[in-house]
Formats: sequence, structure tokens, C-alpha cells
Amino acid sequence: MLIGLYNYWVVVVLMMVGFYIVIAHGNLIKKIVGLSIFQTSVFIFYISMANVEGGTAPILADGIEQYSNPLPHVLILTAIVVSIATTALALALAIRLKEAYGSIEEEEIQNKDNLDC
Amino acid sequence: MMKDLLAVIMLLGIYSLLSSSFFVVMDAVDVAFTEAAVGAGISTLLMLVAISMTGRSEHPVRHKPLLALAVVFVTGSLLIYGTLDMPYFGSAHAPIHQQVAPRYINDSMQEIGVPNIVTSVLASYRAYDTFGEVVVIFTAGIGVLSLLSWVRRSGYTKDDDSYNQSMHEQHLILRIVTKMMIPFILLFALYVQFHGDFGPGGGFQAGVIFASAIFLYTMLFGMSTARRVISQPFIQILAATGVLLYGSVGVASLLNGKNFFDYSALSSDPVAGQHLGILLIEMGVGLTVTSIMIIIFFNFVSRRNNLPRKENQDI
Repeated sequence: MLIGLYNYWVVVVLMMVGFYIVIAHGNLIKKIVGLSIFQTSVFIFYISMANVEGGTAPILADGIEQYSNPLPHVLILTAIVVSIATTALALALAIRLKEAYGSIEEEEIQNKDNLDC
Repeated sequence: MMKDLLAVIMLLGIYSLLSSSFFVVMDAVDVAFTEAAVGAGISTLLMLVAISMTGRSEHPVRHKPLLALAVVFVTGSLLIYGTLDMPYFGSAHAPIHQQVAPRYINDSMQEIGVPNIVTSVLASYRAYDTFGEVVVIFTAGIGVLSLLSWVRRSGYTKDDDSYNQSMHEQHLILRIVTKMMIPFILLFALYVQFHGDFGPGGGFQAGVIFASAIFLYTMLFGMSTARRVISQPFIQILAATGVLLYGSVGVASLLNGKNFFDYSALSSDPVAGQHLGILLIEMGVGLTVTSIMIIIFFNFVSRRNNLPRKENQDI
């Protein structure tokens, strides 16, 4: 049954929403928001793959046989904290661009650069 | 289509909170914890500070939306086609569950002696990866520092302090409630830090929660008060100390004749050595994450406070 693959389809839809925002919008903050949505879709991809039917959280306890896979959890846990650090860096760049060009719209920045040449 | 970036950012915060509850349903409690603190809390806050400087409305112009839609549609269809060979959702026979995961689940109790498998994988089996992540966070912090750190203008001192004071005195109830809450938030962060071996938690989550208590304080009592509590040089040294502590644990096990990050070298009893190693590196992670988050936030806010006053009020 193909319907068993629905978790991947949800991920693909979210990923494409993020991708569309990144390529179609000129505002840098909007682009960063798009990247966050894209990132979260990757997190959901990993975590949904780690899930085992009938499993529990990977904390060892008596009487439990089936655990979810802990490895993707580890990878995503660190990825989330790294993502906030990199997002902050992107926001810092946007702030500097605003100070230098007076705008964070991609086209206005490009026009200003062309005038300077 | 949203033109108001404030609404966009609030929606992003709600989306993060929803995805963190999704992670709970998927049994990834540690991940949900982190996403709730980072995605719904700190990232929303940083974005709000950023738009207060860059302006909150977006130009309605788009580059070739139809072309973009076509690209997205084609990529999406290809990805969906790619999923047709993937194992079904929740299947216990998927290849991902056949490789190293059974070893972690079956043997980690004897080898590491920590009930939370996520902590033992994060801090011991794959300590090398985690070290890389901590260095990335540290580097991002240095990047923000070099982009935004600002030599204080001579005009900015008493005038701005009194301005801050008068603004914050209006929120008396918030100030008193926050003053009561902050000790508990800090205590909870420490609990998450040291209880990470047994339940969900660890250095990453604790660092973020600890930093959010400091953010709350800064928001209500002003930047100059917060700077008196935590000075910039002090927090920078703390950030570097965390990475140094993490790295030194690896070097210590190297000097004792074992592999890099093989903590069984740290004590005569291998399991006790593992416990000590995990405690130390979680401490390093917690220190670095807390200090980098605080550095990022302080620099964002100071940048905003240093804008000329008129601009400040326009926003």
C-alpha cells in the first residue's frame, strides 16, 4: 500500500513550500523564514524515519521491548541548535545589509550596486 | 500572501511549536524539548529583534513566480517519485533500524551505563560529531560578534539608561512576576543539564533554557542592567571555556592511551569513566550554548539600541 509512504509526502510538501519561499521572494527575512521551514521539514523526515510502530522513547526501562531508533534523534537534536546559530548569523548579515544599503529587498540592493559601478 | 513580516514570524513560531509536539508523538522527546525551546522561543525572539531593525513590511514584487512554481513542482514530483522505493512508515524492518541502532539499544546499558540512549549516543558513541556541532555553534557566535559588535558611541550613556528605566517601569506586574520566575527557570535549566542521563535533557537543551532566562531578564530590565550582570568579555571567555573543556576531555583520554573521546580511559572502572566523561562534555556543551546564545542576543539588542533615537521610534 502506497499510503504507507505518506510521511515522506508531507515532508516533500513542506520542503517545497520552503523552497518556493526561498526562490520567489526578494525579502531577505522572508528567505530566512523559508529556509527555516525547509530545515524543519528535514528534521521531520529524520524523526519520522526513526519511528518504529509500537515503540517508545529511547530511554531504557524494564519491561519495554521495542524502542524507536535513537541515532536520528541525536543527529537532529544537535542540528536544531546549530540551525538557530546559523539563522542568527543570517539575520546579522541581513541587519548589516540594511545598514549598508537601506533595504533588505534583493532587487533594490542589486540596483544600488549597479548604479555604483 | 502575507506582507506583514511580524505575522509571518509569529506563524513560524506556532509552526515550530506544532512540530515539537509532532516530535513528542514520534517518541523523540529530547528533540521535542530542544525544538520547543529553540524554535518556538529563541528563534522567534531573534527574528523579532531583527525585523525591528530591518522594517516589518515586505515589497509585493516577486521574481517570476510562475517559473519558481514550475521549478518547485518539478523538484517536488521528482522527490515524490524517489520516495516510492522507501520503507513504509513505522516499519521495524527498515534498513535504518538494522545497522548500528540495535547495538546502541542492546549494549549501551553495559557499555555506558546511562538509561537515556540518546545521551549515550550523543555524548559517548558519537562524541566526535557532537564536538563538531559545538565548534559550529561557537563559530557562528564569532561570526555574529564580528558582524554586529559595536564600539559604543560617546553619546550613549546616562541618557539612554534613564530612557530604558522609564520604559521598563511601566510594566510593574511583568517585572515582579518575572523576578519570581527567573530563579525557577534557571533551576530547571540546571535540572535538565544534570538529569540528561536519566530522562530527556542534556547540555544543548539546558543551555538554551538558561539563556532564555537571561533574555527574559534583559527584555524587562533593559540592556544596561543586564550588562552589569553579565559583561561581554566574561561571556566570551565562558563560551571559549566550554569548547576547551569539551576538547580537553578528548585529549585527556588520548593521553591515557585510548582513542580520542574514549572515556573509559578516565577512570579505572570503564563505566565510571564514561559517567565522568559524559558529565564533563555535557557541561562544556551547556556552557558554550548558553554563552553563544547570550552573545548573539546581546549583540542584536545593542545594535538596535545604538541606532539613532529617531529611527528607533519610527519602528
